[in-house]
Amino acid sequence: MDLHLQDIHSLAEGLRRREFSALELTDTLLARLANRQQELNAFVTVTADLARQQARDADARLARGDHHPLLGIPLAHKDIFCTRGVRTTCASRMLADFVAPYDATVVQRLRQAGMVMLGKLNMDEFAMGSSNETSHFGPVRNPWDLSRVPGGSSGGSAAALAARLLPAATGTDTGGSIRQPAAFCGVTGLKPTYGRVSRYGMVAFASSLDQAGPMARSAADCALLMDAMAGHDPLDSTSHPKAAGNFSAALGRGIAGLRIGVPEEFFGEGLDPEVATAVQAAIQFFAARGARILSVHLPHSVHAVSTYYVLAPAEASSNLSRFDGVRFGHRSEQRSDLMELYCQSRYEGFGPEVRRRILIGSYVLSAGYYDAYYRKAQQVRALIREDFRRAFAEVDVILGPTTPTPAFALGDKSTDPVSMYLADIYTIAVNLAGIPALSLPCGFTAQGLPIGMQLMGDYFADELLLAVGDAYQRETPWHQQSPKEFGL
Amino acid sequence: MDKLVVERIAYLSRMKLPAQEIPVVTEQLAQIFRLVEAMRAVPTEGVEPMAHPLDLQQPLRPDEPRTGGPQRADLLANAPEAQDGLFLVPRVIE
Repeated sequence: MDLHLQDIHSLAEGLRRREFSALELTDTLLARLANRQQELNAFVTVTADLARQQARDADARLARGDHHPLLGIPLAHKDIFCTRGVRTTCASRMLADFVAPYDATVVQRLRQAGMVMLGKLNMDEFAMGSSNETSHFGPVRNPWDLSRVPGGSSGGSAAALAARLLPAATGTDTGGSIRQPAAFCGVTGLKPTYGRVSRYGMVAFASSLDQAGPMARSAADCALLMDAMAGHDPLDSTSHPKAAGNFSAALGRGIAGLRIGVPEEFFGEGLDPEVATAVQAAIQFFAARGARILSVHLPHSVHAVSTYYVLAPAEASSNLSRFDGVRFGHRSEQRSDLMELYCQSRYEGFGPEVRRRILIGSYVLSAGYYDAYYRKAQQVRALIREDFRRAFAEVDVILGPTTPTPAFALGDKSTDPVSMYLADIYTIAVNLAGIPALSLPCGFTAQGLPIGMQLMGDYFADELLLAVGDAYQRETPWHQQSPKEFGL
Repeated sequence: MDKLVVERIAYLSRMKLPAQEIPVVTEQLAQIFRLVEAMRAVPTEGVEPMAHPLDLQQPLRPDEPRTGGPQRADLLANAPEAQDGLFLVPRVIE
């Protein structure tokens, strides 16, 4: 029984019918994980004993007739979510030994649903990166080609899903960190509307952009995870009062009459021809089923990357000022006075990319530059949102590529920050606006690398995106493919 | 972007950059600001700056203490140095 190949829906059915227990499922995945961890490096921490305990608890609930669809289903959390009693590193030396005294709301909600936590997943340090190469614990490898990156920053989540180590994972997306790795690894990931999933207990990077979301093998599985993850949280002041939703109930709608916008700006120079061909084929798929394909314009989206690299570092430099070597986190041995303690601990605790972004943030917020950079970027951000507002007056969803290229090679961009930043050229505008977007597989390159497409929606259109993604996946095989070596 | 600017923002950021790293960092930041430059040419006169995606009002709740959260000992457990229930830092007053 190939339990590792089954998605959440079929595992839940198997558990309900007592074909296997949650403990058997957990043990099967833990054994696979132990064999594969060394080559992929997808996990920072494996919590085998805790997982078995949670699996036994799930079996007890199942025996009592509790059939919550996530009960007994294993998952792992991106190591940015605080977990009480289990270290939360954010893949940084700064937090290498940090054990949070509380659970993130996302962690708590999924545990209450009965999910079994297998461990904590590798990522770019403090979620700053697009290749998972900035992790203090070393890069994650892409299961489709071990010489390539899995994308980032939720690279561990995407790689573990693609390698069929687990059926569900959490991620966070500040500029594309769920969608870009989902595209590079051939999995499905949703960046929800800002405010639908609580940020409480999620280590902050750029608070007006950060959003947690589900990653899984299909849009239908992401919907099940969203049913549990989304909801208003009084502990997060940016949590939306209407955050909750019934995402699974929204599935099953047809495509006919759906107005799909195709943004010209996403199909210009720099787009890999194989990616373009696969996305065009997906557009044809929808057209053939009665969707209306309309051209839309997002003229300010070309400025999204530069706007982001003012605003996100500004917020990061402020958020990361809490790491001072005093209350928690790394403390330097060199500390003759308080100033040296701060300056040395922060230099040693942060890696080069995190330090770069803190420096950019300090610069754009400093006296004399604030109006020229920070305020200006906030105005361009408003124009980017206005572009989407205008487009969504004409169409229901916007469809384009998630990334300009398939997964690139390890080391390809790691010494050139600007070329790395441009890997998120199609994903960043969504975060600036705060709207939802779903990345899902839509084909493969001739070399066998996954290609992802992105469905963007208006505020609170998360349910619609999942329903459209699900309709596509009911008739296409892309999301069911697994890398040969790992599918066996 | 030059060495002096980088030293100043490193100080503002409370990070001690070793002297040999400063030229490399200066060049990388210069490249990043060349990328940012195009954005600065966008006409934005009269555009209200956007700080946040959802135009929500700051929610307020009654100022009541919550119990059941992390205890003092839990919070101090992560401190690099603590004593008598307090965080320890190098001497600040001679």
